[in-house]
Amino acid sequence: MDAILVQILNGLDKGAAYALIALGLTLVFGTLGVVNFAHGAIFMIGAFCAVTLNRLLTLSTKVRDESITLFEAFKEVPILTTKFPTIGPIIVDYSVPLAILVAIPIMWGLGLLMERGLIRHFYKRPHADQILVTFGLAIIIQEIVKHYYGANPIPQAAPAAFSGSLNIGALFGLGDNIVYPWWRLIYLSFSLFIISAVFAFLQFTTFGMVVRAGMQDREMVGMLGINIERRFSLVFGLAAVVAGLAGVMYTPILPPDYHMGMDFLVLSFVVVVVGGMGSLGGAVAAGFLLGILQSFASMTQVKAIIPGIDQIIIYLVAVVVLLVLPRGLLGRKGVMED
Amino acid sequence: MSKKKAPLSTWTRRDVLKASAASTAIAGAPMFFSRHAYGADFLNNPGDGKTVTLGFNVPQSGAYADEGADELRAYQLAVEHLNGEGDGGMMNTMQPSALKGNGILGKKVEYVTGDTQTKSDAARASAKRMIEKDGVVMVTGGSSSGVAIAVQNLCQETGIIFMAGLTHSNDTTGKDKKANGFRHFFNGYMSGAALGPVLEKAYGKDRRTYHLTADYTWGWTQEQSIIASTENIGWTTEQKVMTPVGAGDFSQYIAPILNSDADTLVLNHYGKDMINSLTQSIQFGLRDKQKNGKDFQIIVPLYSRLMAQGAGENVKGIYGSTNWHWSLQDEGSKAFVKSFGAKYGNPPSQAAHTCYVQTLLYADAAERAGTFEPCQIVSALEGHKFDGTGNGPTEYRAEDHQCFKDVLVVKGKDNPSSQFDLLEVVEVTPRAQVEYAPDHEMFAGGDLGSCNNGA
Repeated sequence: MDAILVQILNGLDKGAAYALIALGLTLVFGTLGVVNFAHGAIFMIGAFCAVTLNRLLTLSTKVRDESITLFEAFKEVPILTTKFPTIGPIIVDYSVPLAILVAIPIMWGLGLLMERGLIRHFYKRPHADQILVTFGLAIIIQEIVKHYYGANPIPQAAPAAFSGSLNIGALFGLGDNIVYPWWRLIYLSFSLFIISAVFAFLQFTTFGMVVRAGMQDREMVGMLGINIERRFSLVFGLAAVVAGLAGVMYTPILPPDYHMGMDFLVLSFVVVVVGGMGSLGGAVAAGFLLGILQSFASMTQVKAIIPGIDQIIIYLVAVVVLLVLPRGLLGRKGVMED
Repeated sequence: MSKKKAPLSTWTRRDVLKASAASTAIAGAPMFFSRHAYGADFLNNPGDGKTVTLGFNVPQSGAYADEGADELRAYQLAVEHLNGEGDGGMMNTMQPSALKGNGILGKKVEYVTGDTQTKSDAARASAKRMIEKDGVVMVTGGSSSGVAIAVQNLCQETGIIFMAGLTHSNDTTGKDKKANGFRHFFNGYMSGAALGPVLEKAYGKDRRTYHLTADYTWGWTQEQSIIASTENIGWTTEQKVMTPVGAGDFSQYIAPILNSDADTLVLNHYGKDMINSLTQSIQFGLRDKQKNGKDFQIIVPLYSRLMAQGAGENVKGIYGSTNWHWSLQDEGSKAFVKSFGAKYGNPPSQAAHTCYVQTLLYADAAERAGTFEPCQIVSALEGHKFDGTGNGPTEYRAEDHQCFKDVLVVKGKDNPSSQFDLLEVVEVTPRAQVEYAPDHEMFAGGDLGSCNNGA
């Protein structure tokens, strides 16, 4: 029972990451009709916003390392912590949450730049062209990041206050084995907040209403004199911000490297397809569902019955769902159907 | 005409068959005996050319790219030293040595590089290109046992020497060993044999282990080796769980450990996987837990400084083993660290060390053999004993082409004095303790076969 509870938490946590990426993918697909394979790279850039801020905050001066005598080695002494010994270490400690503030404008600008600079030229082109250009873009972004940051993962620490784990079992009188890391709980809460905020934005603002109307019938909204293109460009920016924030907050869980976007992208596409192309609610529901199923499939007891199930569960579920519900869990009629 | 016809007319069909069999044997025999003795032509023979080309096949992209970059630095340094440039590094300390600092056999050493991408198919394609297009006489590199075994097989098939880089699976010189392949790096069995007594001393005789293991040849053989070693000191194995290579998030594999009876986690992971699984295990509070009345412990059997750098604070106090460490104080290690540090500003990793030594050993073997012919080089390396390369007296065992030498047991340092000072050497395990018979069950099933000159 304890193991099941922890795996549910794990699944929710994993699902939260899938859901956030899939939400952005669906937003872009639902509004612009573009299958954006560079969306994983945007998630990765978000993570590297956190890495970059941390590097800036820990900018150092090089001082000769006297402990190494065989060659001339230098150690780095951070300027911020030296000049501001009280507040400096605290700022560095909270570099990941602070990166959210930095990532929002960066991701917004990057999203708009990508959409205006490249992707808008492919709206009327076949899906195959869109996939090729966005996939190519993803590879270029990856290689740039690899060039500047190297190929190894770069660990980012959660603030010291949240680096431990919470004994949830003891809290609810369920025994000592239901332990879950603080930061993962924060990530789950943060994801739920962002997902709710995006839904509220689309549901309760005029902008959101126009976007939803555009997703239903783009031509009609255009005929009403609304510049839907501009709105959709902003939606691309919004999707980039959502994926970027998911990336920033994920860094203490998974040390970021240049390839992390690609790792998540494939799973997120499965999530979008299972949820139903163009369905925001479907993407979120499928994200959490597949996250939980993946966690359960990794349990030793389950693997003992079906070896290797943890590797294929997501794809197996996708096959079953598409056989039973060809439009996915909450897919709408007419999306990607001629 | 009649004189010529007469003998033939008396031959029976059986005589003709006997004669043809005999002539085939006679015609074939000199070639068989002389093939090796007279240095008949061999694949990519540099002949009278002024240069000889070596192939450095390392991961320049993928999960082990930083390790590959360090390997490449070491290879470039080795080439520099072989060509008589720089301070000579370990060429000044290796004993015996036939190296003269004028290239190899008087030919200037050049090199080509390839990207293995830490994938067997890409590594084979890259090595094939080096052999067929660039005319290399030797291929070296690695950072994954899957890659090393695949490239070793290719080199055996084509007739090129393969000097393995970082590969730790028992299979490389076990069931997949090949006559044209040589490994200087240690292996899973040696890690287990070295770690066992140290773990017993540190954690006692009564522990229950939980293994998370990378699901490929290296993970399997390391898990097997560590289980054999820990069960030998009285520990029991609670659970073995295979994890996919490059899983990223290991939380779903770590959570069940909390609910098991295990009090020790063995992470049979390397590179990026080790950094992630160790970091996440600590995030789940494993090291803060008490199980079976003992502090929960984590062990990482194969350590590297680059990995320790990636895992940061999390490596503190964690035991593992390593092939070599830059803090060793023997003359060979000091010469290499000095040379590498002066050129690149940081000490070499164990991967860089093994690659550097392998290049010197190949060059030395060629000098001693007086030729680049693969079979002559194999003969020169088999049973070769040497010293001054950082691991104490070392021998390339003829039976399996595995180097036997001392093994280091290390521990994550609690109070590092510098950014590179992350591991402390707890024990130098003598060669005798990590040695095994060539037909040991963990290495059985393979056959070196005969060397291949490729022409």
